[in-house]
Amino acid sequence: MNGIHDMGGVHGYGPIDREEDEPVFHHAWEGKALALARVGLAGGHFDLDEFRHAMERIAPVQYLSISYYERWLEGTLMMLDAKGVVSAEEFQTRLDELSKSSGGGA
Amino acid sequence: MTSDNNVELRVRALESLLLEKGLVEAPAIDEIIDLFENRLGPQNGGKVVVRAWTDPAFKARLLANATEAIVEMGYDAVQGEDMVVVENTPEIHNVVVCTLCSCFPWATLGLPPVWYKSAPYRARAASDPRGVLVEFGTEISDEAQVRVWDSNAELRYMVLPERPAGTGAMNEDELLALVTRDSMIGVTRAQNP
Repeated sequence: MNGIHDMGGVHGYGPIDREEDEPVFHHAWEGKALALARVGLAGGHFDLDEFRHAMERIAPVQYLSISYYERWLEGTLMMLDAKGVVSAEEFQTRLDELSKSSGGGA
Repeated sequence: MTSDNNVELRVRALESLLLEKGLVEAPAIDEIIDLFENRLGPQNGGKVVVRAWTDPAFKARLLANATEAIVEMGYDAVQGEDMVVVENTPEIHNVVVCTLCSCFPWATLGLPPVWYKSAPYRARAASDPRGVLVEFGTEISDEAQVRVWDSNAELRYMVLPERPAGTGAMNEDELLALVTRDSMIGVTRAQNP
């Protein structure tokens, strides 16, 4: 199945941006997002193919506009919801709570 | 999934739920981050390359069955993936990409850099590898063949760069300094001494 993720040979993306001495993670949350995905995998809640497929189902415009580890986070959330581990509603409720307690700036 | 929710908060929300449900403990999260941030990385792949440059029997094993040869050096597959190592020669220059996402040999190179995961590299490494190599400052003669290896979740490629000329007298640490991450992806050569 092709899709937005199937990028081989696509024209028009321009030059390759490189960063000297790039850190492994640019923000602490990126390492956490990777770790939480691996917790889902290691815990047997979903497998690697399911996880990749979840990321590939992110809507194309969003896929292109969010960063790499945001795709990991969204893929993890999709899989945990699909498997009944953390429902989308439960996640939204917690997000709202945290957002209020952190000053409502979200 | 709205754009006004900041991602840091979303990660925190998921982390708190997983902790609360007892699906993970905080030290385990720190352990995973430490593994990827500090213990996996191109320093491991560099040691594999230097051994292959200096030990012909190991090089033969590496090219015949990279998964086993890499485990022999103490670097285990992270996700049960198989490894293939492809050798650069004056006649053949190999380059690795993952057009679908970001598959990368974690055991030897750690997590991929942002450019490897970016749309321009994924798109163009497949259709215009020589152009990409020029962008990385790597000139390949017209007579040499360029081979592009598209990685996937089960099978991950690493390039064995050519040992630079004039390094015959160098020790292993000196050689290690010449092996860059990019040379093991194939977008550059190993550095000259």
